[in-house]
This record gives sequence, structure tokens and C-alpha cells, in this order.
Amino acid sequence: MIQSFFNPEIIVASWPIVRAGLLNTVLLSLLVVPLGLVGGLMLALLASVKHPVVRWPLMAWVDFFRAFPPLVLLILLFAGLPFAGLELGGFVCVAIAFFLNTGAYYGEILRAGIDSVPAGQIEAARSTGLSRLQAIAYVVLPQAVRNVLPDLLSNTLEVVKLTSLGSVVAVPELLYQARQAQSLTYNPTPLVVAAIVYFLMLWPVVRLLSRLENRALAGR
Amino acid sequence: MNRPIVDARGLHKHFGSLHVLKGVDLTVAERELVFVIGPSGSGKSTLLRCLNRLEEPSSGSVVVDGIDMLDPRTDINHARQRIGMVFQSFNLYPHMTALGNVTLALRKVAGKSRAQAEALGRAALERVGLADRAGHTPGQLSGGQQQRVAIARSIALEPRVMLFDEPTSALDPELVGSVLEVMRSLRESGMTMIVVSHEMGFARNAADRVVFMDEGAIVEAGPPAAIFESPAHERTRTFIGQIQRH
Amino acid sequence: MRGDWARFTDTFLNAKVMHKYLPDILSGVVVTIELAFLIVVTGIAAGLALALLRSLAIRPLNWLIVVIVDLFRSLPPLVVIVLIYFGLPSVGLSPSGFVSTWLSLAFVLMAFSEEIFWAGITSVDRGQWEAARSTGLSFGQTLMSVVLPQAFRLTIPPLTNRTIAITKGTALGTVVAVTEILGQASSAMSNSYNPSPLIMGAAAYLVLFFPVVVAARWVETKFAWKR
Ligand SMILES: Nc1ncnc2c1ncn2[C@@H]1O[C@H](COP(=O)(O)OP(=O)(O)O)[C@@H](O)[C@H]1O
Ligand SMILES: [Mg+2]
Repeated sequence: MIQSFFNPEIIVASWPIVRAGLLNTVLLSLLVVPLGLVGGLMLALLASVKHPVVRWPLMAWVDFFRAFPPLVLLILLFAGLPFAGLELGGFVCVAIAFFLNTGAYYGEILRAGIDSVPAGQIEAARSTGLSRLQAIAYVVLPQAVRNVLPDLLSNTLEVVKLTSLGSVVAVPELLYQARQAQSLTYNPTPLVVAAIVYFLMLWPVVRLLSRLENRALAGR
Repeated sequence: MNRPIVDARGLHKHFGSLHVLKGVDLTVAERELVFVIGPSGSGKSTLLRCLNRLEEPSSGSVVVDGIDMLDPRTDINHARQRIGMVFQSFNLYPHMTALGNVTLALRKVAGKSRAQAEALGRAALERVGLADRAGHTPGQLSGGQQQRVAIARSIALEPRVMLFDEPTSALDPELVGSVLEVMRSLRESGMTMIVVSHEMGFARNAADRVVFMDEGAIVEAGPPAAIFESPAHERTRTFIGQIQRH
Repeated sequence: MRGDWARFTDTFLNAKVMHKYLPDILSGVVVTIELAFLIVVTGIAAGLALALLRSLAIRPLNWLIVVIVDLFRSLPPLVVIVLIYFGLPSVGLSPSGFVSTWLSLAFVLMAFSEEIFWAGITSVDRGQWEAARSTGLSFGQTLMSVVLPQAFRLTIPPLTNRTIAITKGTALGTVVAVTEILGQASSAMSNSYNPSPLIMGAAAYLVLFFPVVVAARWVETKFAWKR
């Protein structure tokens, strides 16, 4: 059991490979989280224009990506686009897919946050001469973000976990590297090591989220 | 007539290092209405909650209608049916109608059929003057109506004694009267009652005995007139002075 | 311009290829539905069971539950799938790709739904417990008749959203050779050297999940936290 799942020799031998993967997972997360946030912010700001001509297509856009499995989106970009003569490479495909997919999720959360700020806040800000955009940027957004902080954090956790999809399109992140090491060593130990690394990296976030969620409930 | 319905002796309650009840003795006779007053935090709620064992006393004994409430062999759920409790915040079940609130324990604990339970439930709602609100949910009722449904929920089980923990404190002033009216009619029907409340007018003309608690102990007890007009203790005098000024 | 459009449809919406591989995609749809159904039923049932166990407030048991829940909230679902599929054979167990995906996603859904159910149960006011217990209802009766019905109302919106997000993960089964929609579409694409099957597969996912997402939005407004 120990020999096959937690073989010390294999841990030592495969660690450099797995470590490189961990580094890439961190870098990838540092890229796709801000990317998704930017996409989400764009959507949320658009949604604050309450006009139906903006509202309905926006809702359809968001729901489209909520319904669409991110892996399918990724494969579509990675394996479908080359037929149109567009070969983007796994890394760029991951970036685009995350911008679209996680942007939709972040957008929905930020929209709910903006909706949760009382209309009087904008009116007060406008009455002091701030423009609409200024009022949103300086008065509404900070409150909105605070109101939905647990949801933003929860989604960020999901985004980091989702970077493991990169392994399917040969982006050398943690899971990809662990699978490489596994096929080199004919032993699942590297997979177990990768799982432990994910757990150690993300457990604090999960704990923090549990706390925040409980506090949100207690505060009602 | 004078058999005690509630007989609590030497009750102590600790919450961690906090000593909340410091040896309370309370005996309540059949048909008696005992009023419990005292400053906030003096242990009034804790005392009531020890009587039906919502709170586990640290030591002492509680006998209600001949049943030893603290005996581990006592079927506590059955015993609790004999002790009605009315809460400051009503605690009605928001997902059920008024009738649903009143019939739940009749069906689940008293083992009544749905038809029997509903007949008893409607009768109980009738007694609190809300027969026509049976199908309303708590959200559709005023605070006073909600508290009366809560009283109906208790009396439907035909308890031997009713505990009231500040039943009117959460109500708007104009709604207090309707709840006191129901309590008065309960008293007239011979219900034994222990009432924690600051409604001094009600205490004066309905209570048999007023008990003043402070810092986890009973300071003095006696007929309303005696306690209100000529309290024996300085602490009682101060407290009564404070609440009468409001 | 017309030529471009013709070339585009020939590549991405090729009628002949689509016709040929439609049965494959449909069989993939069936597998996806089976998988999704199993995940939702077992995952939510297990999550509810854990939340009920947790309400008994037995210390060591609760710690165990929290650790299991945290574990499956921390691990990417794909990592769990790969671990079960490629790892278990080393100890003589060889779950199929289908079973690996089912178990993995059911564990993940169990973890998230336990957390949601638990939050719902603890959010019910303590006075509700006290009122029910004071009328003689037992712990179990209070939980079932008074607390859970109120908790469910609060859990429905987050639970539907989470269930959709995890159920979409059935596409991950492709990685361990499950013949669900994406798997069928991918192999059809490499057999035909044409991406049209992939477009069909993508459309199939939308047909399956888009109505669910729209329904979830409706549920969300209907059951929004009132207070
Ligand atoms: N569950 C509890 N845990 C810890 N302390 C409690 C608890 N319930 C009551 N207390 C404390 O016991 C004291 C008496 O409370 P209570 O019986 O509610 O007083 P009263 O009803 O007279 O205002 C208070 O100091 C209160 O803070
Ligand atoms: Mg009190």
C-alpha cells in the first residue's frame, strides 16, 4: 500500500517534476484570476445599465457559460480552432477559456454585489458632483465587493482548482506534471503527491471560507 | 387545591464559570398564578427553562405534577407536554400555518390522528380568538396574533402549567392588551401559570404571588400589594421604583 | 465572401459528418445523463446524511466529517478522478472510467452539499428548537418537521448552482475514457478529421444544461433569502 501510493524513492525522484508543475499552477492562477476578474467587472458594469437591450443579452451570455462545461470550451478552442487555421497553443487557449468562463461567474457575483448597494448611495455620490462612473468606482464598488467577498473568494478557489484542466491541453501545470511523472515511474505516487500539494495549498482557503460563510449566516 | 404542581428545590445553574441560579426554591400550587420579576440577567429565563429542562440544572430537583423532571428514566418529551411554554419571540414555525403550528405536537407526540388534532387545534385557536386565522402563516399575522397562536400551540396540549417568558416584551404597545386578555381568560379557566413579565398592572390584578429575583436568587415573595407597596428589601424597592417610572 | 461562408460551414457544420456521427453523440448524451443522474442523487443524499450526522454533535465524528468535506472541497475534481482511475489499480481495484467519474464527482458534490445543508441547519433560529422541544417533540422530530423544512428553503439556491457546476464536470470523464458527449465528440472529430462533431457535442451540452441554468435563475429569485 505504502509502496504503491507513497513510495519514498519515487517521491524524491519525481519531486523536481512535480515542483515545476506547482510553480506553473501558481503562475497560471496569477494570470487567470485577474483575467477572470477583469472579464467579470466588465460584465457587471455593463449590467449596471439596467436597460433591457443590455440586460437580456448579458444574462444570456452569463447563462451560456454557466451551462457550458469549461473543458468543452477549452477543447473547442484547442482542437476546433486549428481547423479555421488558428493554432493558439494550450496556454493561450486556457487563458481565453478562463477569461470567458470564469469571467461570467465573477460577473454574476459582482452584479449581485452592486445590486446589494442601496440606490441612495449612488444618488448621494451624484449629488456631490461625482460622475456616474466615479460614483460606481469610488462608492458602489468598494461596498459591493465587501458584500460578496465570500462568494468572490469561493469562486477564486474554484478557478485555481480549474487550472488543472490545463493538463488536458498539455499545459505543464501540477496535474500534468504529476501524470508525466506517473507514466515515467509506473507508480501513482506522484498523483498522490500532487493531491497533497493541492490540499495543503487550498485547505486554508477552504477553512477561511467556512468561517466567512458561518459569520454571514450568524449576522443575519 | 393546594397540591403543588411545580416543586423546584435548591436549583443551581452554572454556565461555565458563571453562577446563574444560586439555590432557587419555587413551589407553585394548582391554579396559582405566580409572577416573577427582576432585573435583566437575574436568571428568570434560566429558571423557567430549568423547569421544563430546556436547560439542564447543575443541581437541585424539579417535580412537575408529580413527575421528577430530572430523573433520567422520565420520558422528557411526554413530560414536556404537560408544561406549556410561551417565548418572548413567539418562535412560531414560519413554514406552517397557524393550525399547522398548533397541531404538530398533537400529531407527533400526543399521537392524535390528523382529524382529531385539527379539531383540537381549531378549538385552541378559538380560545385565543383566532379561529378565523387558522390558515394564515406567521408572516401574515401581527405580533399579537402570533403570540396568541403560540399560546394556542401550548394550550392545545392541555398542559398542567404554563410558563410565560416575557410574552409581551416584543410587542408594539397597542398589541399587548390582546395577549394579556388571553392570559387573563386562561387564568379564569383555572390554569396554573408562572409569568416572567414587567406588566405591573396585570401583576397587580391577576397575580396571586409576586416573586422578586436578583442575581440568581429569590430575594422576596408575597402578594402583589405587599411587594409593590411595601417591599421588605431595599433592592426590591429600587427595582420597582425603576420600572414604575417608565 | 460566399466562398468563405461555404468553407466555414463545410468545416464546422458539415452536414455529412454530422449526420454520420449523430448516433454517437446521442449515445454520449445518454451516458452523460446517466452519469449526471447518479452523481446528483448519490452526492446530495450523502451530503444530507453527513449534515444530519453532524447535527448529532459527536465531537470526533464531526472532526472527521469536516476533514472529509474540506478534502473534497480543496481537491480539483479532475485530480480526484485521475487519482481513483489511475491510482486504485495499484491495489488491485480497477474501477471503470464511468465509475471513477461517478464516485469522484459524487464525493465532491457530497462535500459541497454537506456544507450547504449544514449552513442551512445552523441558520435556523435556536428558538425554533426550543419551541418544538418545549411541546414535547424529540430531537429527531424537531429536526425533521421543524428545522429541515426551513433549512431546505435556504439551501435550494446555492445547492442548485453548485449541483449544476459539478454535474457539468461529467465532461471530465473524457480524460478517463468515458464515452460521454465530449468523449464521443472528440473521437468522432479525430476519425473524421472534421470539427463538426465537436460543435454538435457543444450544442448537446447547451441543450442539456441551458434550461437547467435558466430554471436555477428562476428558483433563485423565487427562494431568495427573505428577510
Ligand atoms: N446559554 C447560556 N450560556 C451562557 N450564559 C447564559 C446562557 N443563558 C443565559 N446566560 C447568562 O445567565 C444570566 C441569566 O440569564 P437569564 O436567565 O436570561 O436572565 P433574565 O431572563 O433574568 O434576563 C445572564 O448573565 C446570561 O448572560
Ligand atoms: Mg429573560
